[in-house]
Amino acid sequence: MSLNNNLTEDQILLRDTVRKFAEDIIKPQAKELDEKEEFSYDITRQMSEMGFLGAFLPEEYGGSELDYVSYIILVEELARIDSSQAATIAAHNSLGVGPLYYYGNKQQQNKYLPELAGGKLWGFGLTEPNAGSDAGNTQTTAVKDGNEWVLNGAKIFITNAGTDITLGSTVLAVTGEKANGKKELSCFLVENGTRGFTQKTMHEKMMWRASNTAELYFEDCRVPAENMLGEQGDGYKQMLGTLDNGRLSIAAMGLGLAQGAFDYALNYARERKTFGRAIATYQTNAFKLADIDMGIELARNYLYDTCRKLDRKERFSKESAICKLYCSEVAHTAANHCVQLLGGYGLMKEYDAERYYRDQKLLEIGEGTSEIQRLVISRMIGCYE
Amino acid sequence: MNILVCISRVPDTASRILIGSDSKTIDPAGIKYVVNPYDEFGLEEALRLRTKNGGEVTAVTVGTAASTDVMRTALAMGADKVVLIKSENEPTDSFYVAKNIAELAKEISPDLILCGRQSVDYDSFQMTSVLAELLDMPSVSIVSALTVDSDKLTAERDIEGGKETVEAPLPCIISAQKGLNEPRYPKLPDIMKAKRKAIEERDAIPSEERVTISEMSILSKQRVGTILSDSDEDIAELVRLLHEDAKVI
Ligand SMILES: Cc1cc2nc3c(=O)[nH]c(=O)nc-3n(C[C@H](O)[C@H](O)[C@H](O)COP(=O)(O)OP(=O)(O)OC[C@H]3O[C@@H](n4cnc5c(N)ncnc54)[C@H](O)[C@@H]3O)c2cc1C
Repeated sequence: MSLNNNLTEDQILLRDTVRKFAEDIIKPQAKELDEKEEFSYDITRQMSEMGFLGAFLPEEYGGSELDYVSYIILVEELARIDSSQAATIAAHNSLGVGPLYYYGNKQQQNKYLPELAGGKLWGFGLTEPNAGSDAGNTQTTAVKDGNEWVLNGAKIFITNAGTDITLGSTVLAVTGEKANGKKELSCFLVENGTRGFTQKTMHEKMMWRASNTAELYFEDCRVPAENMLGEQGDGYKQMLGTLDNGRLSIAAMGLGLAQGAFDYALNYARERKTFGRAIATYQTNAFKLADIDMGIELARNYLYDTCRKLDRKERFSKESAICKLYCSEVAHTAANHCVQLLGGYGLMKEYDAERYYRDQKLLEIGEGTSEIQRLVISRMIGCYE
Repeated sequence: MNILVCISRVPDTASRILIGSDSKTIDPAGIKYVVNPYDEFGLEEALRLRTKNGGEVTAVTVGTAASTDVMRTALAMGADKVVLIKSENEPTDSFYVAKNIAELAKEISPDLILCGRQSVDYDSFQMTSVLAELLDMPSVSIVSALTVDSDKLTAERDIEGGKETVEAPLPCIISAQKGLNEPRYPKLPDIMKAKRKAIEERDAIPSEERVTISEMSILSKQRVGTILSDSDEDIAELVRLLHEDAKVI
């Protein structure tokens, strides 16, 4: 087992508790849910009872009041066992609850946060069929009509947005044109059940198969003016801020997945014998495992350190991009080596290596692809000035 | 109803144990410590009895200053009060531990004292009996089901090939066996609140050690698992192992 990374007593207790929960409750069901591509309401309810849904919200909203390191450990420990459940928790907290808590007014917070800490989910609708990395190209529009906004357009790949327990989604839309000719973007809180708003769950995913991903359609969907998040034109800033936070939870998913794949691979490599020796004793394999261990140690220290920066309210945009990029690449290497070390068995669904291998891939794409992370970092170090 | 729960801080069974340079102690470096699993059953039972009957649950541990971690776990699970009786070295003598717990028990006069059937570090199996003797209370060990009324308890005990039901008046001491209950997971908000709660600390009263460890050693490494292939020879070997070693067929 690795260093304690300067964790406090309560952070260690939280880690051990979530680890046990994930192993006892999630692990026995993970394979089947993945196979059936099924979102588990039962597991979500149990995670809610444990306080996973209002992770960093204050007690007044029914939250668990976790510091950011603790929240990241929560996501990491879930991802060590199952990326799908980790995705539900990471997306709900960072992308669903986050913008409401950080940018919402008191009335909006009181209306939604207690329910979101108590078992309901909320989505974050940014990506569109023609606006992924290039979010500035958002085409969904919102037009003011009296005391209402009328939304038209579509969103794609929105996590948690289409379940029976989804309360609604935060939706980014074009509300006008700025002086410089660029689109003015604003965020709206749109409740499921609003007329003209439909959600369609997406199927046939390669990974995160037990997590809900939905397409959203807006056809003359009217929302009251008070459902705007923050001020008109704040949308782009809110989105960037939300992604800075969100990247840390995707990083945590990479770290957790890497640890899970590493533990699995090491265990197997010490047991499996060829030519009379455990395969872990062949240097080519031993060095693979050493490399993953090194990557995990560095990833964990850097990620926790960045979370401490966030807890101290220091700037962390570059660090958060580094965390997301590095952790997802460590996860990629770990899952790849894990399958390789298992040989033919690594390719069979009966072994977890195969699921780690599939789940890992999203981490290099979602919430800003690896290319976009490199773009963010290279901008911040002044390459293009 | 006031309940006292005894908690021992033990190395996680997954930890790799090394003997210290004095050959008499476990080297604590790199070991992860946890609440003794049997004590978790005790604590859970106490919390359930409190929900039913009201009262207060106090958890106690006799250990080094580092033992605040297991006290924190007890608070997060729901103990009302925790007391850490600090000893200079890791206590290994059951009489010394029992003596210290008995002093606390005399102060708070619990109706019930719960221990684990054994502590999975030194496995002396003595706590319940020594404590009962020191406090002049009845004791029931290795309990797998428990009902408590106002002045007596009924306990089920696992015995070789069957079960036995016994009754005893309160106050009483019992030791918990696996199966007594399913210990709860502490919820995240409770973990965060536990860090703000106080751990009462006091120094252990010196008492003679009646048994001292003269030497510890580790058995040479034994393989815990065997992976066999699906070849005919290995299938024959599997049948042999199940028949001769595991004696299950
Ligand atoms: C399971 C899942 C869940 C998701 N959940 C959410 C969610 O909850 N909310 C949400 O809003 N979105 C969500 N997404 C969407 C996700 O964030 C986007 O898929 C991602 O940002 C990439 O956008 P894109 O798919 O449009 O790819 P594109 O932007 O079309 O990129 C295609 C390729 O081009 C590269 N590329 C693009 N621009 C550049 C450039 N300037 N320089 C170099 N290379 C470039 C990219 O790196 C990528 O390799 C989710 C996606 C998935 C698969």
